[in-house]
Formats: sequence, structure tokens, C-alpha cells
Amino acid sequence: MKGNEVIAAAAINAGCRYFFGYPITPQNEIPEYMARELPKVGGVYVQAESEVAAINMVYGAAGAGARVLTSSSSPGISLMQEGISYIAGAELPCVLVNIMRAGPGLGGVQPSQADYFQATKGGGHGDYHVLVLAPANLQEAADLTQSAFDLADRYRNPVMVLADGMIGQLMEPVELLPARPAVDLPPKDWATTGTATSGGRRRVINSLYLYPDQLEQHVHALYAKYAAMEHAEVRYELHQCDDAEVVIVAYGTTSRIARSAIEKCRRLGLRVGLLRPITLYPFPFAAFEQVIARTQAFLVVEMSMGQMLDDVKIAVAGRKPISFYGRTGGIVPTPEEVVKQVQALLGGGP
Amino acid sequence: MKTVYEKSAGLTDVPLHYCPGCTHGIIHKLVAESLVELGVLGRAIAVAPVGCAVFAYDYFNCDAQEAAHGRAPAVATGIKRVHPDAIVFTYQGDGDLASIGMAEIVHAAMRGENLTVIFVNNAIYGMTGGQMAPTTLVGQRTTTSPLGRSRSGQGAPLRICEMLATIEATAYVARVSVHTVPRLTAAKRAIKKAFQLQMDNKGFSLVEVLSTCPTNWGLSPVEALRWVEQTMIPVYPLGVYKDLEGGT
Repeated sequence: MKGNEVIAAAAINAGCRYFFGYPITPQNEIPEYMARELPKVGGVYVQAESEVAAINMVYGAAGAGARVLTSSSSPGISLMQEGISYIAGAELPCVLVNIMRAGPGLGGVQPSQADYFQATKGGGHGDYHVLVLAPANLQEAADLTQSAFDLADRYRNPVMVLADGMIGQLMEPVELLPARPAVDLPPKDWATTGTATSGGRRRVINSLYLYPDQLEQHVHALYAKYAAMEHAEVRYELHQCDDAEVVIVAYGTTSRIARSAIEKCRRLGLRVGLLRPITLYPFPFAAFEQVIARTQAFLVVEMSMGQMLDDVKIAVAGRKPISFYGRTGGIVPTPEEVVKQVQALLGGGP
Repeated sequence: MKTVYEKSAGLTDVPLHYCPGCTHGIIHKLVAESLVELGVLGRAIAVAPVGCAVFAYDYFNCDAQEAAHGRAPAVATGIKRVHPDAIVFTYQGDGDLASIGMAEIVHAAMRGENLTVIFVNNAIYGMTGGQMAPTTLVGQRTTTSPLGRSRSGQGAPLRICEMLATIEATAYVARVSVHTVPRLTAAKRAIKKAFQLQMDNKGFSLVEVLSTCPTNWGLSPVEALRWVEQTMIPVYPLGVYKDLEGGT
């Protein structure tokens, strides 16, 4: 199975029965899989007229109480931002997949990580956050997609699985978690199902608050939720950091390249480790405290001009030097290029 | 004492915010009465627009979702696909439906979504203060067509019913008005029929209701009703544009 299909299969296993989307490369295997497989489990696939419509169908279905998914790639995710802001504002659970391609504009269809800012800093208008999960391999893509639905329901918030064309097209062995009973989640006693089913109590899905004091109160409530996420949901991996003099910070595809580069560095006697954020929002700021004492320098590697770099700067807070190596436009950096960056920092090797 | 008239159970007790003389209130009443009389209020889910009717979710006594500007048919699609037995309707103005939401309305109709659209056309953007809409009449003065809408450069009114009637999957498309009591009675018949078709799983139904905007037209309520009769209806002829079942 390709990465895209793994994500789609994991969504169905998680109980997702509704998919609304619009074709765009390099994520088409997701809607194609859903169009093929959802009807077999009593689900519904609708090809929307645009990403704008797709995300609003997601809003409607999520507000009606369903587990719902949409997927797209960078330009399509840009089109969805209005709807994502409404979904966050109305506190609806849903899962979004962004298989990033290179931008800006129509850009190109090759892998990229240049939507980090858009994904983690809001993306649409207003004060809000989307919980962002960044898988680095297909097993993780499956597991994170499945837990994305639980996280969305727990926090009544959109959750994004953020990957790129490389992971979407990759093939690796994967063991899908079995379709499991719903974990202990709050009941959806806010969903619009008709008053006949809710003892006559009207339910309204809305993000309009014309009185500033009410809106401020609403946004504070959203931020209390984000604080809870920051407390409970941060995920990251430390790899060979115990003796590392240089810690590479990378997520998703670039973390795989960093891992290969670290192997090469270790053979050259260079002590290098990896700090890999798995949740991009909430960002694992505290993880840096575990490595900062021993580390001489951090090296941030991204397929962008340096976006996660800003969060690393906040985490390190000027205590250690930070270097950046990025390729963009759809170019994937090689392990050798990363090794050279490490050598420049440590002065080791040929 | 004998009750001769009462507020429909399909409306909440929240006071309407509409301007004096605006016919939104009448249209709300017709929709609410129709849902009650058809016995479906308890399984109705409304989708409110952005525009004058943005607070419709406070007025209809049923579940509701507020949609982004123009997106109500997409939101309604999501709801209806999850709850096929619910009676799902959008309540949209002409800026919402005929301008920013044109793609969503056309494609919901194209898919034959089994939902009902109440389309309130007053030929102007009311909520934002009287700007030109795609439905504004040629020559009509608005704040963004201060010399009157000009055919050249600003085009002529979009006729939604005529356009949607050409789409294969639409079940019922009709234009009505509420400027006289007989017209109002006919409007309610059309709205009820649209909901009945949805209950019978016949597919997409839309009722366009010509409505007044005394505030932004710069007319008294009575003059506004006359303007509908004399100026709007010649451009937007009333009638049934599509009826899969035949008849009216």
C-alpha cells in the first residue's frame, strides 16, 4: 500500500464514514480509496465541486455528529482555510490530511514542507489552532491517522495529518490497527440531529458572537482547550541524543534523511542525534530541555526556507547556536548534504 | 377567549431583528408553519446564511447550523448525507446564493441533493448596507451603483430559477412573492410542496421568494410592496420553472 492508501484505510478503521474532497496531486489515492471502500462499509463519498465546498461539507457532517475526513494538497488546503477557521470557531471535530507539495502559487507537485506556518500558526482568520500530527513513516501515518479521530472528538477541534508527497507515494509494510471500539470519549450531545432525537432541546452550530465580551470569552475557552492540548498531547522522538554534540531537528520526510545522515556521521565519529517533533502543534518545546545541556549546536533541516526554524529558536532561546539547512521547490535534501552541514559545524571528517 | 391567531410553534420567542416593512419575517413564518403542518419540525435542520438572515438559527425552532457566506448548500449536503431522514433546508439571500455561493448552489442542484432551499431575493445586499447584488435590476441605484446598475460593465440580473430549472436533477424550482395576501398563500403552498418533495425523497427543491428591502431601497414599506409588483416581477416572473411531478 502507498502512504496515501494507508492513511485512507486507517481512517476507515477509525470509524470514519464520510469523505468530502476534490482531486489534486499528489494525494489522489486518498479520495480514490475512499470512493472505492467507503460504500462497502455503509459510508458516503462525495466529490465536491471545489475544496471550498468540500470543507463546508465536512463542517455540515461534523456538526451532524459524524466522523469525517477530507484530504488535499497545499493549494487545496489554502482554499479550505476559511472553512477550517469556521470549524475551529464552532468547535467541530474533523480530520484533515495535507499531503504537501511545493509552493507558492501553483508551485509544483514534488514534496515540500513549506506549509508548516499555515498548518501550525492558524492558517485562516482569527485566534485558533489546529492540532497537527506529522508522521515520518507509514506505520506512524496509520497510527496517527487513527488517533487523530479520537483527538478531534476529545477536543472538538480539527486535527491535521501533515505529510508530503514523498510519504504519500512511499510503500512500506504496515500493520493496521484493528477497527476498535470508540475510546472513552465525551458524547456528541451538541450535534444537530433534529430536536425529536434530543428531547426537544435545540442544538445550534455557530461561530458568530457579535458582542465583543462574549466573543472574547469564547476565544478564551478555545485557548483553555489549546492549553490542555499543550499539556497532554505533545509527542516527539529523541534518537541518539544521549551523547549528541549536534542535534538535528527535523520532522516527517526530512527526519528520515536526518536519520540516514546520523548513521553516516556516527561512522565518521561525529556525535549527532535527532529531535523529531511528531506533534507540530503543540510543538515539543520542553523536549529541547532534555538535550540542550550537552548539545553544542542545533541543525534544523526542512524542505522549506525555514519555518519550523522559528519554533526551534523559541525553544532554544539564544542559549545555543542554531544552523539551518533547507531545500525547497520540491527538492528533497540528501543525507550527504546533511552530513556536510554537520561537518561544517563540528569540523570533523574529510 | 377564542384564539384566532398565534405564533407558529416553528418559531422561537426570540424577537426578530429585521427592519420595519421587510418581508423576511413573513417568509420565516411561512417556512415555520410549513414544517409544523407537515409534522417534520422535530427532524428539521436549518442552515442559516451570512446576510440579513444570519440569525435565522435563533428564530427557527429546530436544530440549525450557521454557514459561511455562500456555503449553505455545501453545509446542508454534509448534514443530509449523515442524516438522510432529517429535513434539511438552507435559507439564503441573493448575495449569498447568487453571488459568492453560486458554485455551491449549482452543484448541490446538479447532484440532486435531497434538500430544500429557501432563496430570498430582494435585489440588494441588505445586511452590509445596500450594495449592488447580481440580482440588482438594471438602472437600480445602490451604494455601489450610485448612478444605477449599468448593463455595460455591471451586467443584467441573474435569474436563478430559470438557470437552475435547466439542471437535470432539480425536482422543483419555483418563484413566488409575498407582497399581497393571495401571493403569500401561493408562496406557502410552494414552500410546503418543496418540503413535501424532500420528505418523499424526490431530490433538490428551491423556492425563490421576492422580498422587500424598504431600508436600502429608500422606500416606505407600502411603496416597497408596490415596487415588487411593478418593478421586480416584470424582471423576475413568478411561476413554477421545474416540477418533476407536473402541475403546480
